[in-house]
Amino acid sequence: MTADRKAKIVIIGGGPAGLAAASSAVKNGTAAEDILIIERDHVLGGILNQCIHNGFGLHTFNEELTGPEYAQRFINIVEEEKVPFLLDTIVVDVSAGSTKIISVMNKTDGFFTIAADAVILAMGCRERPRGALNIPGYRPAGIYTAGTAQRFVNIEGRMPGHEVVILGSGDIGLIMARRMTLEGAKVKVVAELMPYSGGLKRNIVQCLDDFGIPLKLSHTVIDIKGKERVEAVTIAEVGPDRKPVPGTEETYTCDTLLLSCGLIPENELSSQLGVEMNRVTSGPVVNESLETSVPGVFACGNVLHVHDLVDYVSEEATAAGKCAAKYVNAGQWSEVYRTDAESAGKPASETDKHAADIPIEIIARDGVRYTVPSTIHIDRMEDLQKIRFRVGAVYRDASVVIDFNDKVFRSQKKRILAPGEMEQVILKKSDLEAAPDLKTITIRIEEAPKD
Amino acid sequence: MIDVLVIGAGVTGSAIARELSRRQRNVVVLERGLDVCEGTTKANSGIVHAGHDAKPGSMKAKMNVRGSEMMEELSKELDFPYRRNTSLVIGFSDEDGKTLEDLLEQGKENGVKGLEIISGDEARVKEPDLSDKVTCALLCPTGGIVDPFLLNIALAENANTNGVEFRFGQEVTDIKKSGDHFTVTAVDVSAEKTEAAPDNNSGEGIGSEGYGSNAFTTTYEARAVVNAAGVYADVFHNMVSENKLKITARRGEYLLMDRKTQGFVNATIFQCPTKMGKGVLVTPTTHGNLLIGPTSVDIDDKECTATTADGLDTVLEKAGLSAEHIPTRQVITSFAGLRAHEAGGDFILSEADDCQGFFDAAGIESPGLTASPAIGEYMAELINEKYPAPVNKSFDGHRVGIPCMSTASAEERKALVRKNPLYANVVCRCELVTEGEIVDAINRPLGAKTLDGIKRRVRAGMGRCQAGFCTPKQMDILARELGIDQGDIVKSEPGAHMLEGRTK
Repeated sequence: MTADRKAKIVIIGGGPAGLAAASSAVKNGTAAEDILIIERDHVLGGILNQCIHNGFGLHTFNEELTGPEYAQRFINIVEEEKVPFLLDTIVVDVSAGSTKIISVMNKTDGFFTIAADAVILAMGCRERPRGALNIPGYRPAGIYTAGTAQRFVNIEGRMPGHEVVILGSGDIGLIMARRMTLEGAKVKVVAELMPYSGGLKRNIVQCLDDFGIPLKLSHTVIDIKGKERVEAVTIAEVGPDRKPVPGTEETYTCDTLLLSCGLIPENELSSQLGVEMNRVTSGPVVNESLETSVPGVFACGNVLHVHDLVDYVSEEATAAGKCAAKYVNAGQWSEVYRTDAESAGKPASETDKHAADIPIEIIARDGVRYTVPSTIHIDRMEDLQKIRFRVGAVYRDASVVIDFNDKVFRSQKKRILAPGEMEQVILKKSDLEAAPDLKTITIRIEEAPKD
Repeated sequence: MIDVLVIGAGVTGSAIARELSRRQRNVVVLERGLDVCEGTTKANSGIVHAGHDAKPGSMKAKMNVRGSEMMEELSKELDFPYRRNTSLVIGFSDEDGKTLEDLLEQGKENGVKGLEIISGDEARVKEPDLSDKVTCALLCPTGGIVDPFLLNIALAENANTNGVEFRFGQEVTDIKKSGDHFTVTAVDVSAEKTEAAPDNNSGEGIGSEGYGSNAFTTTYEARAVVNAAGVYADVFHNMVSENKLKITARRGEYLLMDRKTQGFVNATIFQCPTKMGKGVLVTPTTHGNLLIGPTSVDIDDKECTATTADGLDTVLEKAGLSAEHIPTRQVITSFAGLRAHEAGGDFILSEADDCQGFFDAAGIESPGLTASPAIGEYMAELINEKYPAPVNKSFDGHRVGIPCMSTASAEERKALVRKNPLYANVVCRCELVTEGEIVDAINRPLGAKTLDGIKRRVRAGMGRCQAGFCTPKQMDILARELGIDQGDIVKSEPGAHMLEGRTK
């Protein structure tokens, strides 16, 4: 198949992940004109454009920025470097192979294809809708995911409603509790199914506590009333089985139900590519280079796993951009990392092959839900490798333990670990090289002994 | 004077209206909702039943078999999605096996072609995801699936282009027979009511077109009335007849799964029927989703389309008997519909015996969707006999649907985009629905005026994010095309406003 256009690196998504990946690819030697960012919205910046609250960039820029300001810093780099981008353009189809063919369309250029050596997946995530939560009741107007409400309020200048119940304590829900309150709405309660919040501690303090909005943990919505527009929402406490406890029902009259019940990486294109997926993250399985199971296809940001802070998205995307640049600059991985024996034209020895092809597996266990990456090729890793993960429950004074081949390598005490906050450990290449016959690295939580 | 006034723009009313438009006459359809397909038709299984379930000799049996025969041709004529995917009625025991034998005989008597009993293993060869516990199955090669929205919309659009007038937001409140005609009063439920608004009936005189109105009430004069009012058909029938009907709303709840589940089953899987209906089925939809349901519970409230925790649990549990590994993680929405169950258990397709000119199409529950084209044909014949009218020579039964970018080939996509660049601007990313398709949906005959109206025509917002991303964009387009403010946009019903004012 001949494509209408060509690029070395196509980046799908012009949000924080895509922008940082582009800027990093340029810094690492890929010519800007060989990169192409494809963005489905009419501006770059992604969902940051509607996040007008502050708190972005503390890690990256050492200052507190709003979402659009944070995005602008990266848009500026992309524009200064003259990285080409397409707006209002949707990727319809991607196919893998040594050359990737990306089918796209937009109003100006119609339907066309792009051939690329590498693809960086940076499509972000979507919110879990009401239907996926199996909440019974009517299906009236007035039920929105928190992000849709955020767009109405912050971009369109419209109010989704005035009396609000929020289900789920994800960060967007918490931010919208404050935002709606500032716009004059009455936020009556935030109900959270789990016994802990899914959002950042700072958002609970600044968005709920400061405004006197109650957060009811272990509660869920069991009925929605109102045939045309929401009229009331009934919540109930849930037991350890997460089923409603009879007799605990409380009905709140309201005209709006906002949902902040989790984010789902948008991996429909990744599936088309045949990328192996991780059932916990709903994102691709990646190695140390943030490369998926399809060679030359990389992933970063919320399409890979849902992050808590955009700063970490940028950091991860920077790594992905660098790896993609290495990959395309050399032609393909085998050129970058082929063993000395191979480059001398001789078949690689079994040991060399072993080192190159069988990566170290990273195992998430005992409270660690997943890790990104999930494998490491020692020869490809940087001197320092970040392993990001989330925990499945709240832990106090527990330890994050790293095992090399089932033997404790390092243990680090943590005052608090919570599902809403992303955690990380950093591995040194020299430590991995020094470990004899290293096959697995396990990351787990060891709870403090009870007294 | 209106020749025939049809109450209800669901699939039954629309099918009848289209058949009536084959003759030269003045036909008006009154619909309470703001769009067609707002009642029973909008929430059902979307199945074209083979026809083995109904009692031989019943109207249900006749209309089912005829409707199923008509569907393929009609789907080409009116350009709506229909697929003969075959169906399997499965059994788990020898007793079920006997039931299937009875169904087979009944089906043969009804004139259903190709029925065959196969073993559980044979069934699993066809459908590998079927439960190991299935011991026997009735294979029905003529079973099919249809998009219920587009069947309804296509029938109504085509009726409209052939001269039938549709009036929306018209809730009929009174029907009186005086001499040789009916006086039908309807209230405009689409209007925003204020306390100052008048609520009397002192409207203008009735004009030559057959109706006159004041602010909220319209009076229609018609020679004949067709009652296709779904769960309310008893209310209207009982306004003019002493032989009372009783229609019970029988609620059915469903769960719908992402198109990612495409191929989980290819045929429609029924369980052995009971007196409450055909049981919980597992079926693909014409668009590749997986649908499971419905429950069957009689309720008092003809408006109660709320789902319940028990109902949804029942669906999951019962569907799990047919196929153990239903991908429930992929559920994207749940909904409930109401069957219009008449106490006698059969379709009532006749002129009221004590009120000449009043024609009932009542008690239209399953297999009503399948039967609708046949019901249209049958009812039109009844009316033609009683009220002959010359053939409408300009009748054109063909309709061309809205192009579908998501299923178009690369070449078709290129051609469409050359014709109209808006076909390249994707609004709904989950279902790949473009601005061009949405604009078409709004500007067609009987075009969409609500978000649900767009959804049912082109599937925008019907996918996995359930309109999370595209709602604001769709509202922008709807407001622009209709020349209204976004604040006036409703989800589906009058009063279902999406927005409540502006920010500070």
